[in-house]
Formats: sequence, C-alpha cells, structure tokens
Amino acid sequence: MAKFQRKGKGGMPAISTASLPDIVFMLLFFFMVSTVMRETTLKIDQHLPGATEVKKLERKSLVSYINIGKPKRTFQSMYGTEPRIQLNDAFAKVGDIRDYVTAEREKMDENERPLMTVSLKVDEETKMGIVVDVKQELRKASALKINYSTRKVEVIE
Amino acid sequence: MARKTPEINGGSMADIAFLLLIFFLVATTMDIDTGLSRQMPPYNPDAVENDDQIKERNVYVVLINSNDQILVEGRQMNVRDIREAAKEFIVNPQDKVNLPEKRPVEIDFLGERMVSKGIISLQNDRGTSYGMYIKVQNELIAAYNEVREEVSMREFGQHYEDLLEDKKDAIKEYYPQIISEAEPKNIGGGN
Repeated sequence: MAKFQRKGKGGMPAISTASLPDIVFMLLFFFMVSTVMRETTLKIDQHLPGATEVKKLERKSLVSYINIGKPKRTFQSMYGTEPRIQLNDAFAKVGDIRDYVTAEREKMDENERPLMTVSLKVDEETKMGIVVDVKQELRKASALKINYSTRKVEVIE
Repeated sequence: MARKTPEINGGSMADIAFLLLIFFLVATTMDIDTGLSRQMPPYNPDAVENDDQIKERNVYVVLINSNDQILVEGRQMNVRDIREAAKEFIVNPQDKVNLPEKRPVEIDFLGERMVSKGIISLQNDRGTSYGMYIKVQNELIAAYNEVREEVSMREFGQHYEDLLEDKKDAIKEYYPQIISEAEPKNIGGGN
C-alpha cells in the first residue's frame, strides 16, 4: 500500500503551458509577414503550363498581370466558353490592354517604369491566337518585358 | 492599502492567438510567381521583314503548326529531341558550314572567343496550343542553360548558378540567348 502512495506523490509534474501563447504568436507573426493576399478573384479557369527552366519574378510592384482562359462555369452563360482576357477583376477585350498598361505604368514610380514586367497567366488549353494578339498589343503599348507564367516542375510530362 | 486590482487571466491568450493564426494560415498563398521571361522587340509596323539580311545558316527555324506538330529546320521533330538539336546549333562544335557562323569577340575573364551569330526563330500558328508553345520555349531555354552550364564548369569549375554576376555576364556574352518570336503566320491551316 505504501508503495502505491509513493508513486502517486512522485508523478510527473504537469508541463507548463505558459509559453504556449509565445509559440503560437511566433507562428502567427511568421504567417502574417509571409502572407500575400490575393488581389483579384479569377473569373476564368486557369491551369498554368509546367516548365523546368523557370525564373522567379521578383519585385511584385513591378509586375502587372494579364489572365487568359476559359470563363468559369458561372460566367459561361454570359461570356461563352471561348478563352477570354481578364484584367483586374473584369473581362476585357484585346483593345483594352493598351489602356490597362498605361494605367499600370502610371501607378509606378517614374524611375521604375522601364522595369515594368507584364506577366501572362495563360491557361494551357488556350490557342496561341489570342496570346499573339495580346503580345502585339503589348508591343504597341511598349511593354516589352513579358513573362510567361508557369508552374515549376522537375520533369515535363 | 489600496485594493489590488484582480489580475487578468492570460489563459485565453493562446486561444485568441490560435484564432488569428488559423485565419492567416488559411489566407496565405505561398506561391511565388515563376515563369519564362522574354524581351519583345519594339513595335514597328513599317519594318519590312529583314530575314534576307540574315544568312540562312544562322537562323534556326522552329515551327509549330495548329496540330501542335513541330518542324525544326524542315524536319519533323519530337519535343524531347529539340534540346539536343538546339544545343548543336548553339555551339556548332565542329564549325559545320550549315550551322551558324562565328565572329571573334573580346570577353572579360574569357579572352577572345568565337561567338556564334545564331538566332533561334520560333514561329507558331494561331491554332497552336499555349501548352505546346511553352514546352518548346522551355526546351530552347533549357538548351541554352545547359550550354552555359557546360562552359561554366569548363572555364570556372563552378556551376553557372553559383557564379558571380560579372562572370555570369561573361558567359552570357559568350552564348547569348537569342530567341526571336516571329509574328504569327498561318502556317498550318487551322483557323
């Protein structure tokens, strides 16, 4: 009997949870700092092609995005199933690109304007016709640095 | 003696922090944008195609038609084989007469080297799929990267990625990446 009592007395002390908030806060700050909020909601289906020789796009402030792809199902009744261009939050026509580029350029610092990059986020299934039109428009708007957005993959299937 | 204010219970701090943590966990998108960078030539509607000025042997024509079939220098080719073929064009190790000419250039670190005048011309149809276009682009860039890696190992004994900027520039000058994306022609029927 004495044995039992002793065991009960000398049990493991409870682990202090006082530092739990600190650990959680640490994680919290990490995620707060690394979070990039999505700026636009995509209205198109987008499955980017994979590539092995990708480079990272640095300096997000210098990058403007042009999305191209089939409208999502909810928009198909209005916009059909042909691939469309999406600028910011709205569908656009090829002719709108020049205004978009000008507007994006206006937002930048004057000395950074030559570094402006346009990232083309195009769905894999899209035909080149629309991409070529967009590229021509970009050349007319003298936005010559472009980036074909791709996923990084190790092997191309 | 003043009455002691009761201490605020800190036990729920963890819960609050957890709540915020979960919010940020869900809202985080970690993806960094990656892609293939390209520089386009300025728009010039009056420019006549000056293909004639560039000798045929210096141009490596890669065509993709609307059925995603690839024609490289007049031969049909599989995506997988483009890399090796393009590398031979870029380096031209045996100075063959049907592969690009070279001209001597003085390069920092490397001295005078014979630099190829080759241009890769990538042409596509309006009906080409974007996925295939990127695959081919990727192979061409990979060819350049492999060539540069080989030179880097040979000359500096280091991986190209690990080189300092000025040495990278030297290698870039030795093997400049010139991929021209021609304006589309309706080469393969389609629309």
